[in-house]
Amino acid sequence: MGETADQFFVILQHRIVDHAPANLRSFFSSLLSVIAILVVFALLFAITTVLERKGLGRIQNRYGPNRVGPFGILQPIADGIKSLTKEDIVPQAADKVVHFLAPVMLVLAAFSLYAVLPFGRNMVLANLDAGVLFFFAVSSVMELTIFMAGWSSRNKYSLLGAMRAIAQMISYEVPLILASITVIMAAGSLSTVAIVEKQAGYTGIFPHWFVFTPWGFAGFVLFMIAATAESNRSPFDLPEGESEIIAGYYTEYSGFKFALFFLGEYLGMFAISGLGITLFWGGWSAPFSFLTWVPSYFWFFAKLLTMIAIFIWVRGTLPRLRMDQLMNFAWKFMLPMALLNLVTAGVWRFLPQGVLRWLVCGLLVVVPYVLLGRGLAQGWKLEKRVYRFAE
Amino acid sequence: MLFTIFAILTVAGAVAAMSLRNLIHSVLALTLAFAGLAAVYLQLGAQFIGLAQILVYVGAVAILIVFAILLTRDAGASPQSIVSSSWIESGTVALVIFCVLAWAIHHSAASRPAVLPQPEASMQQIGNVLMLRFALPLEIVGVLLTVALIGAVTLAMHEKQEKQ
Repeated sequence: MGETADQFFVILQHRIVDHAPANLRSFFSSLLSVIAILVVFALLFAITTVLERKGLGRIQNRYGPNRVGPFGILQPIADGIKSLTKEDIVPQAADKVVHFLAPVMLVLAAFSLYAVLPFGRNMVLANLDAGVLFFFAVSSVMELTIFMAGWSSRNKYSLLGAMRAIAQMISYEVPLILASITVIMAAGSLSTVAIVEKQAGYTGIFPHWFVFTPWGFAGFVLFMIAATAESNRSPFDLPEGESEIIAGYYTEYSGFKFALFFLGEYLGMFAISGLGITLFWGGWSAPFSFLTWVPSYFWFFAKLLTMIAIFIWVRGTLPRLRMDQLMNFAWKFMLPMALLNLVTAGVWRFLPQGVLRWLVCGLLVVVPYVLLGRGLAQGWKLEKRVYRFAE
Repeated sequence: MLFTIFAILTVAGAVAAMSLRNLIHSVLALTLAFAGLAAVYLQLGAQFIGLAQILVYVGAVAILIVFAILLTRDAGASPQSIVSSSWIESGTVALVIFCVLAWAIHHSAASRPAVLPQPEASMQQIGNVLMLRFALPLEIVGVLLTVALIGAVTLAMHEKQEKQ
């Protein structure tokens, strides 16, 4: 029973594909997976927009959307109709072709990210030998599309937003990849499926997830901070800071193209959360050994929704960083910590199992963290800020 | 079939990169050529090279060029003609070099239609070779790049101090 529920979608796919002619079967099975990914994550996007607005509303002591449908859950449909019926305005000076291509390519790249994420047992579109590399390669294409959007609009705010976005994404890509390398070192593979399998065992009732090791925990925190910056979300939302540069690179987008940017951004956030889950939280594996009867895809999406909740929580809690703070944080704190974490992962690998390993690696994580934090905070002058032009 | 599409994409991107008037358009066309080349690598089964090509060329080099253009000069269309005045001479030189290279490749031993076994280079093998046999070259390249980075930072820092 549990087995059937676990493999339900895989069996369903096989059943459907069996009706196709023999030479088209692999094509149809890929097509089905692609359609499933498109539908599920587009729906998840719709649900997340309303959940986010509700959550932010609660954090800011207001109700959030509550007019369309019961408790406002039909809000995404209203938003969708609104953005479809709005006029699509392209500025006269804009570079029409690039202006059109940018949102399309962003969504295309964002959806391709899901090709290598394992959503459940045997549920991955492409089990690539270099899955993690594929993920980072495609996500680097997203930076270029943001530049295309900002530049083609011929608007100084758009261009400023794009420059900020690229500077930020390049800076945070380094700690992001360095934090993932620790897992690749431990698992000995770049394939996402193999990485999940490496974390499959249990000690007692507790799983062997990488996040439950000193380097894994530090790596996960670094990964999530960098992932927040990569997906341009608060507190790293300088590229689209409404109060400073209107909406950054998508100032000049309206109607459905704006919705596409929104979609691309959220899809990127889900995908990078999915990668974080795959790398550090054991992918689709259950959190306790006595819960393995629950279908694997349930765990993946439960973890994904938890990640999304944390993203919303962080967005409602933290103020936006300043540009110099952003860069200092990336290069003076994140980068050294990620490099040291790499060493920690190596030490962990070669020390024998036991208390000593935990002690040494724990110290290797905590001591640099405290020292670096103290050292960087030394130059701070915490006093009332004096403004030159605004009082 | 797939190869034809990728080849056309690559060549069209490269031609567009040379012939478009707007510099940013040229960079985007160049990116297309890089991506087409990566697709060819992937089609040949060289996953690592193909993905590294996208990561490095599309993700880093293209953005670097874009930054350089935006920070140094006006990115508008250049007024002068894109075709150089000495296009006949340079075209002849290019054609002659192409003919010589094509002749050399055609007559070399490597182009004999020998059926070679499909080389299987898994990520594991590439990693092992890089970390064991070629560890020293890899480290030297790493040190070289770090030195270049520190050098660039030092140059930038120096300028700032003089201004103050």
